[in-house]
Amino acid sequence: MAAVTPILPTGTADPAAPAPASSPSSRPRRMRLWRGVVLGAAAVYFLVPMAASFWFTVHSEQRGFSLATYGEILTAEGFATSMLLSLALAAATIVVVLALTLPALLAVRLGASGLRPVLEVICTIPLVVPPITFVTGISTVLRWGPDYLATTPFWATLIAIQDETFPVVLVLAYVVLALPFVYRSLDAGLRAIDVRTLVEAARNLGASWPHVMFRVIIPNLRSAIASASFLALALVLGEYTVAALLGYQTFPVWIVTISGANGRLSVAVSILSLLITWLLLLILSGAGAKRKDSQ
Amino acid sequence: MMVSITGDAGEPAAAPRGGRARTGSWPAAVPLLAFTALAFGIPAVALVLGAFTVRDPQTRTSAFSTSNLVESLQGNYLATLVSSVQLSAVVALLGAVLGAFLAQAVVTSRFRSLRESVLTASGVLANFGGVPLAFTWVATLGNSGVLTQALGLGEYGWSLYTFWGLVVVYMYFSIPLMVLVMVPAMDGLKPQWREAAGNSGATAWQYWRHVGIPVLAPALLGGTVLLFGSAFAAYATARAMVGSTVPLVTLQIADALTGDVLIGHENIALALSLDMIVVAALVMAVYLPLQRRSSRWLR
Repeated sequence: MAAVTPILPTGTADPAAPAPASSPSSRPRRMRLWRGVVLGAAAVYFLVPMAASFWFTVHSEQRGFSLATYGEILTAEGFATSMLLSLALAAATIVVVLALTLPALLAVRLGASGLRPVLEVICTIPLVVPPITFVTGISTVLRWGPDYLATTPFWATLIAIQDETFPVVLVLAYVVLALPFVYRSLDAGLRAIDVRTLVEAARNLGASWPHVMFRVIIPNLRSAIASASFLALALVLGEYTVAALLGYQTFPVWIVTISGANGRLSVAVSILSLLITWLLLLILSGAGAKRKDSQ
Repeated sequence: MMVSITGDAGEPAAAPRGGRARTGSWPAAVPLLAFTALAFGIPAVALVLGAFTVRDPQTRTSAFSTSNLVESLQGNYLATLVSSVQLSAVVALLGAVLGAFLAQAVVTSRFRSLRESVLTASGVLANFGGVPLAFTWVATLGNSGVLTQALGLGEYGWSLYTFWGLVVVYMYFSIPLMVLVMVPAMDGLKPQWREAAGNSGATAWQYWRHVGIPVLAPALLGGTVLLFGSAFAAYATARAMVGSTVPLVTLQIADALTGDVLIGHENIALALSLDMIVVAALVMAVYLPLQRRSSRWLR
């Protein structure tokens, strides 16, 4: 803090003499106290709900301490189907969003740089538009179907994407919602490698475009693709608004559905889904830190 | 295979293959553009058209009209919109102040591990919204929550299912979000500035008033806007927690969408959505230029 003191033309032999040092030493102490209060309050605010909700699931007046609630989850009705649906939707979303975004970003890097502003706008809009308004638009389109499309071949398509067992319409929505996150992590990954040289070298050696894509570009982007996929997975596993309003029983919708009948179970599932999401995001940030270290 | 590896684009002598890789790469972006036009463009157009359309229940005909929008800005509907804006504003201001203090405490700390763990936890908690957040808080401070029972908060009139209850819960993802925005910006505050101010006789307050806060202003304002946007758009947490006891525009849209409106007024959900988009867009119009200015700190 007092690093500049040696320059000062002080008359005393020792600049850290008691008299001038009184204010520098009291300020750090006050700041340390202040810092402790802030950090302590934050710790209480962020940790207590975790601990309390865990206590809520394992303790009851009648039964005392028991972990039985967590055992119930696996056998609870609707858990397996809703979880499988969410995982399938997540897998489809990840595949589609990567297949759409990666070629577009490569195109921008390899020459069509005029498209960059367009992509930036496309990948920012989903952040600005609240998801609930997006659902409103989607459900309007789906409602228009019977009025305008009943006699055209689009009608069959519209019915097909609303299939209960695998609602493609949710994949469409989730891809749009995931675009900003996927775009950012892939763009950061591409910035770290010299795409043009890699592509030109591979093409000069006679590699086909699919070969370039799968054997050159994708291996070099492994960690960026992994982080994009993790973010998309976390997004789909936690997404409630779109699925609930379009009437599909995904995992978060299921948690709300059971909360009426079994509050303890819904809290236990919430904690579990939190832990899963955190694990995903911690792996993600761990991978990011490792990448930074190696550079 | 006469492909030349050159750095500069637009070389006339480039072989056809090399040229194609460079200037003709835009078709690779077509699928993304087409998908966005389909999956985002069509709903957006439908939303805007629908918001300006009124359907007569008797004759089953539709007509262009602004009556949906007018109705969405009156009475009960306006009240929900105002209430949502108020909630978001309170969350944004409170979250920005508390988040900035936490960020300051972390940045000035000598312990490297504390800083790392707070940043990691913030990254995780900032993404922690939706249904699980609501149930964690219901279990803690809800009517039969652990703390409510243990401390007898119910007798003091405490209820989580109110405006201020929602504020308390929304802080849980807002403060970490603010920390993530502020820590990189605060790292940019050079200790020399503080020393220079101190040596010139400035008090701590004067230092912050004339040096610290002006330098941090873009990040502070940008973070506040970000918090406003995330609180404004939040639906899942509010739905899972309060049901409909707190009037919020997102809850109102959901009710209108699932049929809780008068016949002939179905499009009110679309008009409310349009109102929301206008508010969000206005707020983001403040944020985006700021974000560009401070993005060199952010990542």
